[in-house]
Amino acid sequence: MIAYALQQLINGITLGMVYGLIAVGYTMVYGIIGMINFAHGDVFMVGAYVGIIVLTAFSGMGIAAVPVGLLVALLVSVALCGVYGFTIERAAYRPLRGSFRLAPLISAIGMSILLENFVQTSQGAKDRAIPEPIPGGFTIMQQHGFVVQMSYMQIAIIVTTLVTLGIFTYIVTKTPLGRAMRAIEQDAKMAALLGVNTNRVISLTFVIGSALAAVAGIMFLSYYGVINFFIGFNAGIKAFTAAVLGGIGSLPGAVLGGLLIGLIESFWSGYATIAYKDVAVYSILAIVLMFMPTGLLGRADIEKV
Amino acid sequence: MTALLEVRDLVMRFGGLTAVSRLSFTAVRGEITAVIGPNGAGKTTVFNCITGFYRPSEGEITIHREDQSTLALHRLPGFAIAKRGRVARTFQNIRLFGGMTVLENLMVAQHNRLQAATGFTLLAVLGLGRYRHVEAEALERAKYWLDATGLTKRADEPAASLPYGAQRRLEIARAMCTDPVLLCLDEPAAGLNPRESEELNALLLKIRAAGCSLLLIEHDMGVVMKISDHIIVLDHGKKIADGTPAEIRTNPAVIAAYLGEGDDDDLDVPVAAQ
Repeated sequence: MIAYALQQLINGITLGMVYGLIAVGYTMVYGIIGMINFAHGDVFMVGAYVGIIVLTAFSGMGIAAVPVGLLVALLVSVALCGVYGFTIERAAYRPLRGSFRLAPLISAIGMSILLENFVQTSQGAKDRAIPEPIPGGFTIMQQHGFVVQMSYMQIAIIVTTLVTLGIFTYIVTKTPLGRAMRAIEQDAKMAALLGVNTNRVISLTFVIGSALAAVAGIMFLSYYGVINFFIGFNAGIKAFTAAVLGGIGSLPGAVLGGLLIGLIESFWSGYATIAYKDVAVYSILAIVLMFMPTGLLGRADIEKV
Repeated sequence: MTALLEVRDLVMRFGGLTAVSRLSFTAVRGEITAVIGPNGAGKTTVFNCITGFYRPSEGEITIHREDQSTLALHRLPGFAIAKRGRVARTFQNIRLFGGMTVLENLMVAQHNRLQAATGFTLLAVLGLGRYRHVEAEALERAKYWLDATGLTKRADEPAASLPYGAQRRLEIARAMCTDPVLLCLDEPAAGLNPRESEELNALLLKIRAAGCSLLLIEHDMGVVMKISDHIIVLDHGKKIADGTPAEIRTNPAVIAAYLGEGDDDDLDVPVAAQ
């Protein structure tokens, strides 16, 4: 039934976009300093919470224009999460640079737990919900009584992701900051010898990655309407999986991996048992890694001299 | 004759090994200074200290600026040596950003000037303000050095795809794009054929003519004797001679070091005594 498949496709792409945005943050940090930032998923969660606080404040002030509120929430969240990203790198990772490889990893896990507990104590452990910010949608097609719907929210998510990724791609490929990031990824010491302040570029990498996570957080919030302090863990692990599937270190790979995972999840939920959707995702990851250990778009590590 | 780089009592130890011991020398502004010596004499270690790769165990490395002020390189963090000290270098084993294009390699070298004009990257994204002007200037400079090194046609190829000789020239071009007052070259002629070696000589003289002084490590005596103004000879981490090419050529200590005389003394020391 084509209509049913189309609906799964739409849902899968929407979900995949959110995963892709978070995955970009993992892959960026891995590329530039070779560590997995396990606190990244929690920055995404903080982003969603900032969103809910701003939206609640807006409705408390009696302002009913939800799309405007959503836009403000997005901007505030991006700014605040940027500060979070900067602080996390400064406090938890930079002092450990040059230490043994596992040290920043453990520090990242600690940071993740810290953020979760911070939000749990300050915002409460219960689920928080908002009404659907942009209700409605339009019907794409109808077949045998099954209606294929694309909600305005889904369109908003897809458009926002594409715009965000467009800006991000431009920064990485065309601006001096992006060039410096790629140079540090290949040879940090050499970049420093050319006068690039590597510490500052690494800080900015965290800020940008966290800003992307904030965008994802706001989209998650407005798509599902319900969040709690633990969403960062699940989404983080999924996005990390997406980054590995696409080839960790590769930016297009992260987006591709995110989309694939979103599609696998939604098609598996639609055609098989929803309870096993995570099993499906991780099985495919395992199979892909068996035949392509560097992921779909990853390149084999070039021997550094 | 004004000093540009002054190295005083430089000592570099690695555990129990002293790679450089109490080395002092001066590189004069506008000259090509060569550092030569047998393998393991400590030449590259000296370079690594000057360019911030190693932090010297003892001693001072000072840049004398044109306005009479001085800058202590051994106190600066790595990136500031290029930024504030205006010292650039190349490596014996080439270290290009292989995955980036030739032109991008040259643009990274101009990062500081470009980044300062981007207004926290925002203006660059929007294509506004001063950035366009500064970027055009940076491209102009990159093109000049592409031309000087004969790489213009290959500007958009990944650096890793260039042949060996071209990669060496690109490393020099990239170092020059940082707008240095002192360029340190670690064996730039290694692995080059005689024709390429000739071209390199011409390029180095061109760089000197452009007002950049050079510090050169080189094994190819053809290159060293032909183009250097001043030669410093190291052996076992110590300076054994210092002078013009003509003086060095006839210096008995240098001939002894290169021919291996004096090794007899070393043989008298039992290995276990180390």
